[in-house]
Amino acid sequence: MRIFAIPLLVALLLALLPLGVSGYVLGLLTLAYYFGVFAMSWDLLFGFAGELNFGPSFLIGLGAYTAALLNHYQGLPIWVCVIAGALVAVIGGVLLAVPALRLSGPYFGLVTLVAVLLLQNAIVLFAGITGGEIGLDIPDIISIDDGTNYWTALGFMTVSGLILFGLSRSSVGLILQASGQDAIQAAALGFNVTKHKLAAFCVSALFSGLAGAMLIFYMGTASPGTVVDIGVGVQVIIAAVMGGRRTILGAALGAIFLIVAGEILRPLGQLSTFVVSAVALLVILFFPGGFLGTALHRGDR
Amino acid sequence: MQFLQILIDGFAISSLYGLGAIGFTLIFGVSGVLNLSHGALMVTAAVIAWAAAGSLHTGPYLGALAGVAASVAMAFATYLLVVRPIQSSRRIPREEKEIFVLTGTLLWGIMLQEAIAYLFTSNPKTVLPLVPGVVSILGVRTPAQEILTAVLSWAAIGLLWLLVNRTRRGKVLLAASINPRGLTLLGFELSEIYLFVWGLYGLLAGLAGVLLGAFLGVSSDNVGTLTASAFSIVVLGGLGSVSGSLIGAYIVGYLETITAYVVSPSIRTIPVLLLLVLAVYVRPQGLMGRR
Repeated sequence: MRIFAIPLLVALLLALLPLGVSGYVLGLLTLAYYFGVFAMSWDLLFGFAGELNFGPSFLIGLGAYTAALLNHYQGLPIWVCVIAGALVAVIGGVLLAVPALRLSGPYFGLVTLVAVLLLQNAIVLFAGITGGEIGLDIPDIISIDDGTNYWTALGFMTVSGLILFGLSRSSVGLILQASGQDAIQAAALGFNVTKHKLAAFCVSALFSGLAGAMLIFYMGTASPGTVVDIGVGVQVIIAAVMGGRRTILGAALGAIFLIVAGEILRPLGQLSTFVVSAVALLVILFFPGGFLGTALHRGDR
Repeated sequence: MQFLQILIDGFAISSLYGLGAIGFTLIFGVSGVLNLSHGALMVTAAVIAWAAAGSLHTGPYLGALAGVAASVAMAFATYLLVVRPIQSSRRIPREEKEIFVLTGTLLWGIMLQEAIAYLFTSNPKTVLPLVPGVVSILGVRTPAQEILTAVLSWAAIGLLWLLVNRTRRGKVLLAASINPRGLTLLGFELSEIYLFVWGLYGLLAGLAGVLLGAFLGVSSDNVGTLTASAFSIVVLGGLGSVSGSLIGAYIVGYLETITAYVVSPSIRTIPVLLLLVLAVYVRPQGLMGRR
């Protein structure tokens, strides 16, 4: 029970923040919470299913750009766009995963990486429709109030976290973990490994797409640099590994750390990315369990 | 005329791709490491060569030498500071070493990229050509540097072939790629072999980087693209297969050149990406992959 209670308590405390801190801090955390969902979705796929997805930003970008295009050209309400974005992300994810899951290790990683490059190329190529490198402006935004935006993001992250975490603790999560560690043995025990991995991919795509679509309605613009670029995917991966893979909640922690640290180090200018990467490298070298993995391990002993 | 132009340009760029990818596949074949800081090593070599020749007035030759030396130093640093600690760590489960090496070298590559951008800015830099002038091949005006690029790439590849197939040291490398445990039982020190192969890799990546810098110019923003292209070429050819990587390099090089000349330079990488996806689905082990 403790494992559910502590995060909920933390979420409750975070929900009180808008009463005390400035809009600047709230804006930063809002962004961090959406990133947290990206990282948690990635962790479900990697930490549990054992599939190294180099292209989380393919799923994020699909969701974000579907929502952006629908809102920009059709003027559909936000919630319709967000749901459509999530659906397209799932469909895109399935189209990518069905053949890709036949591959393993670096090959799966490469295909997911190529998917991102193709999506990015397509966006730049059809710049007349998508706005190209500069991006597409979104007429609607969730709210102009910092507090509302903050609560929306926090609520979204909390609900996604609970669902993903619950899933990882369920029997499905256990089967996924078994498939990730030894696919042959899991299959020998009678579990359909591919089906479970595909389901994990769909769930991961669903939350990535949702978060991507909501993020652009917060920012008011969709551009390759913020939702599609490989750099975005790399940040998601670093966040999840740093926070502690196979913990789901640790991934959110890692994402918040990355975004906040990047902002605190902003005065260093170009060197800030250097410092953040160096810290991340030190964490994975000396605390391979990540923040949460290391903390939980201490608690066990 | 355009046909000849494509033939010549494609050959030069493909040779360079081959040289760049061959080190990448060598490291994978011998020590099982996919080094995602590969592009950063190439860019380091090119930028150091540019800086040495430009600010220290060493001339193009000493500059190129400095660039290659920097790449070798960084290759050793990658192995000693990132790869080896992960491989020997007892806190990382064996089946997860691969992902840790990938993440670790990726982060290391970003650090190198940012350090270069901070010290030398991220503006594109063109390394001084080793040989000046333009030569006419059957009516196609070709920079002498372009010919030198192809010649040097093939010379380096040839030397590597001689080393692996004709020397004792090379046979040890080959053995390490086939059965490292057996080699240890025969009394060879694996860590020494790994150090040697990382040095060799630094040399190849450095030379490729300097030549690329003189041919097309590089900037620290190219790090990701360079790694991705080496990764694609190597997977296309078959991970760990040197001849496969060379064939892969020529397919990618020519496909890009043809697309750039015939269709449009702005989509030069798209056919390669599509081909890659197709190849991975149809023949995941690559053209010449073992497995």
